[in-house]
Amino acid sequence: MISFQTLFYKEVLRFWKVSVQTVAAPVLTALLYLVIFGHALEGRLAAFSGIDYASFLVPGLVMMSVLQNAFANSSSSLMQSKITGNIVFVLLPPISYLEFFAAYVLAAIVRGLVVGAGVMLVTVWFVDLHLAAPLWTLAFGLASAALAGALGLIAGIFSDKVDQLAAFQNFVILPLTMLSGVFYSVQALPEPWARLSHFNPFFYMVDGFRYGFFGIGDLSPWLSLAIVAASFFFVSLLCVLLLRSGYKLRW
Amino acid sequence: MIAGLARADAGSAAVMGADVVADYRRARRMLGVVPQELVFDPFFSVRETLRIQSGYYGIRGNDAWIDEVMHHLDLTAKADANMRSLSGGMKRRVLVAQALVHKPPVIVLDEPTAGVDVELRQGLWQFVRRLNRDGHTIVLTTHYLEEAEAYCSRIAMLKAGRVAALDSTANLLKSFSGSQMKLRLDREQLPQGFPGEVVSRDGAAFVLKLKNFQEVESALAKLREANVEIIEMELQPPDLEDVFLRLTGK
Repeated sequence: MISFQTLFYKEVLRFWKVSVQTVAAPVLTALLYLVIFGHALEGRLAAFSGIDYASFLVPGLVMMSVLQNAFANSSSSLMQSKITGNIVFVLLPPISYLEFFAAYVLAAIVRGLVVGAGVMLVTVWFVDLHLAAPLWTLAFGLASAALAGALGLIAGIFSDKVDQLAAFQNFVILPLTMLSGVFYSVQALPEPWARLSHFNPFFYMVDGFRYGFFGIGDLSPWLSLAIVAASFFFVSLLCVLLLRSGYKLRW
Repeated sequence: MIAGLARADAGSAAVMGADVVADYRRARRMLGVVPQELVFDPFFSVRETLRIQSGYYGIRGNDAWIDEVMHHLDLTAKADANMRSLSGGMKRRVLVAQALVHKPPVIVLDEPTAGVDVELRQGLWQFVRRLNRDGHTIVLTTHYLEEAEAYCSRIAMLKAGRVAALDSTANLLKSFSGSQMKLRLDREQLPQGFPGEVVSRDGAAFVLKLKNFQEVESALAKLREANVEIIEMELQPPDLEDVFLRLTGK
């Protein structure tokens, strides 16, 4: 248990020591999105009826930040340790693959939620926002950060070079977040895009998270949470199997 | 493989009776490894690095021991310096300290002196000898045969991944090498029935391989019998390099 706690602590300390880059920078990015898109797209993009676009946008931006930062934390930490070779410090001690998985994913959740909270804190002043169902917000925040953290761990395991990880981030994570309904309501999309969006697990996270704020969404939050949880389960299973086999970590 | 960094295709390994796969927690707790590469985590200071490493082994509040290890490795002054700011030799010392945080009974040193300056090398050996005296088993891998000869009590020689020899240092030296005798005589011929094996000859100067000191004695007796005068004589003790070359040569 102490091994797991230490690894978790080390992972949190790692991003906290460079918090300007890992926390402040993504918060500023999200604020810029709100200021620019919030004004430019007001009235042009479909939001939920009765809700102004900027208010609709904020939960999306928070969720996008949670996802990107949770993913970045586990993936870049593991990747850097592999490149610099200091991964041996965690491979030599008696740390089980389950402890390893839990520590990295939990630290990713912390980073995701810290950044998410930061984004909320700076954007909430610009919009009229209430938490209609805070438990849903929390549940989707946690589940989504966990899923992104586990995905990041898999990306970190597979990548041997920085550009491989960048490819994963830019060609998988970024399109999936951008097309998940962060900036628009998926219902307003023409076919086949609306239908295709339903194959994107990130869509359910954004929709469920938004439900927590407005009490309305494109889908029932129960259905969304079930899909997010199932995705997390499968991604975690794959990740744990990779870690158990020692793939690309133990030769 | 012993440390769990690689997997065995076949066979098994154990650290003090703990199988490295089935009982990996116990095996790894008993093992400290100093890796060959100069690796470090640039996010942390020396003390943080050692505290975190202790935690990985399930140890909290390890500062007394950490201070002691840092003291012996001359790291105390750098305790709060970031790892990035340390010189190569200092980083190497931290790696040694990291391998010792959990007081492992078995310590693996993987070429610890490769590219290390003289001062650190001597300090390191002093500390390692102390650990050895205190009851730690030290496994040293090295390319420097003098190091092996000077510090090791048992030596395994590897060739192309196979053990070519495994014995106590004294036995290895005795069984494979023998002494080398350099002789300069007053004539260009050795007496009949002279012991040993002539390695080279240049006029009246001979280099001979002798199996043991008895042969040295009988060689001298033969020279006396034949009334040969010795102008110059030198006996070289066996060294591991001869053993190694002979074992792996052909």
